[in-house]
Amino acid sequence: MIKTVSRLQNPREWLAFIFVWGTAGFVTATFCWLLGDILWHGLSHISWTFLTAPPENAGRRGGIGPILVSTALILGVCLAVSLPIGIGTAVLLAEFTSNQNLFGRMTRRSLDVLAGVPSIVFGLFGNVFFCKTLGLGFSILSGGLTLACMVLPILIRSTEEGFRAVPASYRLSAAALGLSHTTTLVHLLLPAAIPGLLVGLVLGVGRAIAETAALIFTSGYVDRMPESLLDSGRALSIHIFDLSMNVSGGDANAYASALVLVVLLLLINGTASWLATYGLHRKIVTV
Amino acid sequence: MTSLHSNTLFRWSTDDLLCWLLRGLAAIAGTIVMLIVTFLIMEALPVLHRIGLLRFFTDPSWHPAEGFYNLTPMLWGTLFAMAGSVLIATPIGILSAVFCHYYAPFFLARLYRRLIELLAGIPSVVYGFWGLVVLVPMIGEMHPPGPSLLAGILILTIMILPTIALMADASLAAVPQHYLRGATALGLPRWATIKGVVLPAAKSGLFTGVILETGRAIGETMAILMVCGNVVQTPSSLFDPIRTLTSNIALEMAYALGDHRAALFVSGLVLMTMIVALAIAAEWISRGRYD
Amino acid sequence: MTPLKPLAGLDPQHLLNKKSTYCNPHSFVDVDRLSLHYGEKSAFRDVTLSINKGCITALVGPSGCGKTSFLTCLNRLTDLTAGCHVSGRIMIGTIDVLAHGTNVIQLRRRIGMIFQKPNPFPLSIRRNLEFPLREHGMRDRAQLGTAIETSLRDVGLWDEVKDRLDSPALALSGGQQQRLCIARSLALSPEMLLMDEPCSALDPLSSGVVEDLIISLRGRYTILIVTHNLAQARRISDYAALFWVQNGAGQLVEAGPATQIFEEPRDPLTIAYVNGMRG
Repeated sequence: MIKTVSRLQNPREWLAFIFVWGTAGFVTATFCWLLGDILWHGLSHISWTFLTAPPENAGRRGGIGPILVSTALILGVCLAVSLPIGIGTAVLLAEFTSNQNLFGRMTRRSLDVLAGVPSIVFGLFGNVFFCKTLGLGFSILSGGLTLACMVLPILIRSTEEGFRAVPASYRLSAAALGLSHTTTLVHLLLPAAIPGLLVGLVLGVGRAIAETAALIFTSGYVDRMPESLLDSGRALSIHIFDLSMNVSGGDANAYASALVLVVLLLLINGTASWLATYGLHRKIVTV
Repeated sequence: MTSLHSNTLFRWSTDDLLCWLLRGLAAIAGTIVMLIVTFLIMEALPVLHRIGLLRFFTDPSWHPAEGFYNLTPMLWGTLFAMAGSVLIATPIGILSAVFCHYYAPFFLARLYRRLIELLAGIPSVVYGFWGLVVLVPMIGEMHPPGPSLLAGILILTIMILPTIALMADASLAAVPQHYLRGATALGLPRWATIKGVVLPAAKSGLFTGVILETGRAIGETMAILMVCGNVVQTPSSLFDPIRTLTSNIALEMAYALGDHRAALFVSGLVLMTMIVALAIAAEWISRGRYD
Repeated sequence: MTPLKPLAGLDPQHLLNKKSTYCNPHSFVDVDRLSLHYGEKSAFRDVTLSINKGCITALVGPSGCGKTSFLTCLNRLTDLTAGCHVSGRIMIGTIDVLAHGTNVIQLRRRIGMIFQKPNPFPLSIRRNLEFPLREHGMRDRAQLGTAIETSLRDVGLWDEVKDRLDSPALALSGGQQQRLCIARSLALSPEMLLMDEPCSALDPLSSGVVEDLIISLRGRYTILIVTHNLAQARRISDYAALFWVQNGAGQLVEAGPATQIFEEPRDPLTIAYVNGMRG
């Protein structure tokens, strides 16, 4: 970074200085307010029983045990479906198609659009396609599949970047040794692309776990312990929504659930940025 | 070396097999958008056939039970909330990025950047909940009822701020260093350099950021639903409750049947159209950057 | 000219046999009117050249005249570049390189390639050598061990690394990495080696070691080497070919025995280039 002249020569410079610092202070204050509020109200309700017990009285009392299980199951379905498709697509785009290739270009464009589709539209789609057309009903399976569609663009983009960060010399020297594409991919490129893949995975998990709108009409509201993937299950974010909007007197538990969700997400994002730096670091060392 | 002889035929077919497998997977990923559009259209088609597209904008009101399907109030709600939040979030986001690059000491810039990343990761339902229990009562004291367009704009602003801030941060980082060196050599003060050199140089990245945040603002559902009051009306002041297209779907999908349900898919199509238009605009801008 | 330093683990006899009988004047590669385009842009045009078996042939010329592109045609590495179009005919032994049905993987096994920048895989030294061998069908442990030792001895690296075969290859010095890359190619027992400025990314000392190694391979392998270093080309090559950009594309200006090219060149361009470099 280049230090610009730091003397505040005239009123305009002063004004800009105050505005910029003021903005930063304002944003920080808002953030602290939001987080502090949730921490302050939520922390007193968190306990082991809260995390494991089933909700009682529409969630006003009791815990979030079954809800955490449903959330985990939805996430599991989402990853089980999106990981193979996502990694496969990323490999194809990064390694097997050139930038001019029509199929590759179409796929990339359609993923760009997919990345911008509002989550409620995913909800509508999931409801018609998975719940009605495929006959899965309101179920953890429907919810997970809908989320899988949603996280694909994120997953593909950062996995693809991971592959593109692998030095071209690996591919050239492998080809010059007469190694097949498959071998090169499995033994050389995949291990080298792991950091990008992990970042994508973690970001995808973050997006999936935060999602509400796409789940309302796909995985449903039922807050009992799910017995199979075809049962309806309530995700944590939906639980917060329901407690704050539809259940009067549910605020205390809503705060505690929000705190759990926020902590989960902070952990996930922390992992992502740690992985990103670690991955970068490793790249520098090996080159 | 006899052991080096080929198992060539087998190897070639492995490569081909892999390639076809990957193509299959990519085809699945690539067709999801088509699938979404197809199903939205299929579900919306009955009502479009029966009453035509025009009546969604000319009907006297939104009363699906009585056969009135006017989407305009919701469309205005969406547009007002989007415009307000984009207008506030854009300067804040760009100033945030400027702060990180040109004003803050190194460690503070890193801390601040991390904070913005954390903001980006907080789920919308948590923002909505916070808005509901903190912001809405505050606005209610100022000017009842509380749940209002203003609350929606404020919450949306916080939500889309990270998008524009991170994008602006990336595009400022991409401004070539010699531009700055040139300006510094001329003895230009800091803000003059930023305004005259840095921001124009980062323009296309900033525009892309604005488009991305607009997309988020249009598509946001839960937070808006929780703080806006959800009254179907064209707002006449900032303190009027509104309902957006997205929250309309979320609210009524649970019990909608027949034409009503189809009408909700029409509003889904309207949302998709907006998003695709934005994607085209983004493409157009980024193409301009590389030409 | 720098005196040649004998290399540990190498048979000095090889070094004495410089310009020796190992190199016989039977053509091994025949290139006929070969041209290469990247999209609209032509890299080189109408190159016709024979490369003799067991000899070291040096390709010299200014940057950007298509020497490296020429090299990559011979093992069809051009397939990896989108928009790259090759025309003409290349025969290596009995293989028609550019034909559709040619088994590229077998072709590349038989023709090793060494790049400008040493590029070992991010694996251990042993795995770097073992992995391509396994892929080409050698599974037996004892056999693998022998092959690894032989190829490391061939490049004079065995005594330097035999105690740390399982440490990462990227921890080796630049010169050692380049010799490991050569060993990796030799392990597949190729008939020909393509070398793209193998010494230019190395410090002078390692560069000398690698140069000696290349000389020691004379006779056993047909070597085609691209180099910008005329002094080096003069020291090691039996034959030389000069490429030059004419009419917007690289062309072969003059080819022949190294003594002819460097001592009594015929083409005015060659005279200017060789003398310019000398001055």
